[in-house]
Amino acid sequence: MSLGLLLHATIVLPLLALVGILLLRDRPNLRDGVSLVAGVLVFACVATIYQRFTAGERIELTWFEILPGLSLSFSLEALGLLFALVAGFLWPVTTLYAIGYMRGHGEANQTRFYLFFALAMAAVFAIAFSANLFTLFIFYEVLTLSTYPLVTHAGTEKARKGGRVYLGMLLGSSILLLLLAIIATWTLAGTLTFTAGGIFPDDTPAWVLSVLLALFVFGIGKAAIMPVHRWLPAAMVAPTPVSALLHAVAVVKAGVFTLLKVCVFVFGVDTLPTLPVTQWLIYLAGLTIVLASLVALYKDNLKARLAYSTVAQLAYVTLGALVATELAIAGSALHIAMHAFGKITLFFCAGAIMVACHKTEVSQMQGLGRVMPVTMTAFLVASLSIIGLPPAGGTWSKWLLIGGSLEADQQLMVAVLITSSLLNIAYLLPIPLRAFFGSASDDGHGPERSVREAPLPALIALVITAVMCVGLFAFPNAVFDLAQRIYG
Amino acid sequence: MLTHLPILQVIVPLLAAPLCLMLDGSRFVWAFALLASLLAGVISGLLLWQVETGGTLSYALGGWQAPIGIEYRIDLLSAYLLLIVSAMGTLVLLGAYRSVNKELAAGARTYFYVAYLLCLAGLLGIVAAGDAFNVFVFLEISSLGSYILISLGRDRRALWAAFQYLVVGTIGATFILIGVGFLYAMTGTLNMMDLAQRIPSVSESTTVLVAFTFLVVGVCLKLAMFPLHVWLPNAYAFAPSIATAFLAASATKVAVYLLFRFSFGVFGVALTESILPLQEVFIGLGLAGVFVASLVAISQHNIKRMLAYSSVAQIGYMIIGYGLDSQAGTTAALLHLFNHALMKAALFMALAAVVYHHGSVLLKDLAGLGTTMPWTAAALVGGGLSLIGVPLTVGFISKWYLVQAALEQDLWWLALLIVVGSLLAIVYVWRMIEPMYFAPASSDRPRSVGNTPEAPRSLLLVIWILVAANLYFGIDTRLPVGIAEAAAQQIFGVRF
Repeated sequence: MSLGLLLHATIVLPLLALVGILLLRDRPNLRDGVSLVAGVLVFACVATIYQRFTAGERIELTWFEILPGLSLSFSLEALGLLFALVAGFLWPVTTLYAIGYMRGHGEANQTRFYLFFALAMAAVFAIAFSANLFTLFIFYEVLTLSTYPLVTHAGTEKARKGGRVYLGMLLGSSILLLLLAIIATWTLAGTLTFTAGGIFPDDTPAWVLSVLLALFVFGIGKAAIMPVHRWLPAAMVAPTPVSALLHAVAVVKAGVFTLLKVCVFVFGVDTLPTLPVTQWLIYLAGLTIVLASLVALYKDNLKARLAYSTVAQLAYVTLGALVATELAIAGSALHIAMHAFGKITLFFCAGAIMVACHKTEVSQMQGLGRVMPVTMTAFLVASLSIIGLPPAGGTWSKWLLIGGSLEADQQLMVAVLITSSLLNIAYLLPIPLRAFFGSASDDGHGPERSVREAPLPALIALVITAVMCVGLFAFPNAVFDLAQRIYG
Repeated sequence: MLTHLPILQVIVPLLAAPLCLMLDGSRFVWAFALLASLLAGVISGLLLWQVETGGTLSYALGGWQAPIGIEYRIDLLSAYLLLIVSAMGTLVLLGAYRSVNKELAAGARTYFYVAYLLCLAGLLGIVAAGDAFNVFVFLEISSLGSYILISLGRDRRALWAAFQYLVVGTIGATFILIGVGFLYAMTGTLNMMDLAQRIPSVSESTTVLVAFTFLVVGVCLKLAMFPLHVWLPNAYAFAPSIATAFLAASATKVAVYLLFRFSFGVFGVALTESILPLQEVFIGLGLAGVFVASLVAISQHNIKRMLAYSSVAQIGYMIIGYGLDSQAGTTAALLHLFNHALMKAALFMALAAVVYHHGSVLLKDLAGLGTTMPWTAAALVGGGLSLIGVPLTVGFISKWYLVQAALEQDLWWLALLIVVGSLLAIVYVWRMIEPMYFAPASSDRPRSVGNTPEAPRSLLLVIWILVAANLYFGIDTRLPVGIAEAAAQQIFGVRF
């Protein structure tokens, strides 16, 4: 198969799955099978693309020109491929999980759920492979809109309110700031094509670039830098598979991915450190890391705690993108992958606990390790990855980020990263430890005897991702190679 | 035959209107009216093709040449407008039959189609005429048609709304007539091309300035520019649904065209720029329109009224484009003119489907629409997204060009305010979308037609053609962008 066809396939296959899901809406088994098969096929495509890419093949595709000079185009590049690999691997796994979860939880409107899920994934691959900022923006908005029905899936008053915050902040920030920044970039540079070293003419005044950088950082709401992070906890009203894949992987990673792209391929790593505003934005990222971790510490609801943890972890990537040294960029890119596997496992576990024994609060999970040993072990492994301890993949990305900060003389940020690790330990580790060693309290909060592990498909999914966390510690080379190619 | 197209464009619907009275039965009248407007649509398509290949057309009525006779002049801008108006007129009429039968008493239906065709003929005439006095005549024809259309609304307040519009519209038309009169006194001609040639030699005189002021204020009354918009929300809210869709998609667009035609085509920018701070005034009023009307729209309970205020806001964007007074700004305004016609036609037709079943379009009527009328609800979502300006819809294209035009002149604050304005659109669109999908359908609602809650097929077909057009022209933008850019170039080409 030609490389172009494979690239098309990653975007078109989810759309075809959409049609299949719609046609088979009355036969749940076949319908879910379609999602699963589409997911596996897409991953096979991305994996093949990866092989071709490492062999040195490159490609540019153009669908059509929407406005003169502005076309929907896709191209192959290391960072995008990394993002596509992560999303492509996790989509079928999450589908597997969703089959167990949605049925175990007896959710209504499952067809609509899989429908918009497939649409969101098509948007994710289009974002990953987009060749210019214009294409990226279009699918960024498609992703926002296609995930709105997923966030509000329950249809309750709470879901409606959460959906309002979600849509209001994401659509608002992107239209108000990001679109403005993109049009300004177009007016100044005359192109929006991602180019190594940046696209702005050399004589662009520094203050203009500073304003633009700030517009980008706050406009890319999906990167959830404070104060545009509120949508992420609000999105937790969604069913757990959505929180897991979209709000720990696809949507938020699309945000930091966009930011990395903008920093490296629109501004250029040489320009960034010269701008007066960069240092302030780095401080803001550091502040987000610490504050979000502190908030996570006080959240008793497990999903809310994980959401704030995500806010902090996303700021790692933002930090690395802004510091923009060779190590920092590689660390950022690597963190996209490492955090994805860690956080999706944690969400899978949270969902499994909810389905198996209907518990959502951290304080209710004492002694749960004895009835759900597999789930809680996976939780422990994933926690280690988020903290950045061996034997989990998160170790490497954090290592590189700290190295990158040192390289750029950002000692304060080194301190922030280390503090954050300690905070991570404080808000994550007690959960599995108490689950294994804490005694089930007698006040009705302990697990009932009847509780078993979550439905089998869900269990398989969370074991796969937990194993991947360890696997990425032992064999990080494939991902690391890609991450290293991004810088210059 | 082909050389007579400019006059046929106007005369076909104009003659078809009285002929309607001779037919019996609303089905025949509708079919006949549809045929006439379809013919007008075909003619405007041919005209556009002729203009694009052969340049501006000039047609001397009755063979009398311009200074003495009446000239019809079709340049790219007019051909573009003719196509918008006749295409919208035809599409809306195509879906009209069931809705009109439902909303209007049997005796009123024929009058509806007669007025509709008169209004269409008037609007087409305004655009085709190359003579300032004929513009006034056709303006009156179209206005009279629209007063009747509005007054046919089944709510008794429709009469009052029509009367309000009648008063304001007459003032506007009178202003235009006064302006034209002054110009005639100063230059001795009514032909627009001649006027454009002779005005520079008398541009020092106050009379010309007064004429300009009267013309612009008169036109702004017709196009419902803030703060001259007060007639519009009532007129749109109480008119029959089909009439609202037609007027929203065409009448204000033609008024915007007149603004461009008079200020750039007749007076020339050089004159007006030097005397009045017009750029600042129009940008200011446009922005005020966007913000005030959007905020008012957010607090409305009647969806038709809400979208009417949204129209005022959207007109504000066109006025901003006009006020930018540049080729890019004009392109943006002309583009939005086309795109806004598509959005509002789609939305108001979808509302016609809601009215068909519920008799009204209050927010509570939308409850549960996502399950009872899924196709109509989805169309409202599609039109709403286009109104917000989400990528891959036409609204996005308009916004892109307008923001770009503002940035081109280093007006950062203006670019920012334009995007803030579209945030307000999210709020009022979402007020419409939420009840459709989150509120349960109330059980005591009147179910009109048996147990098929979805809108009639004919109406749905038109709604979805329009929604599809919203998406199609958001992706393949060659037609509107190409024409808008070329037309803007024609206007500003004259200037330099």
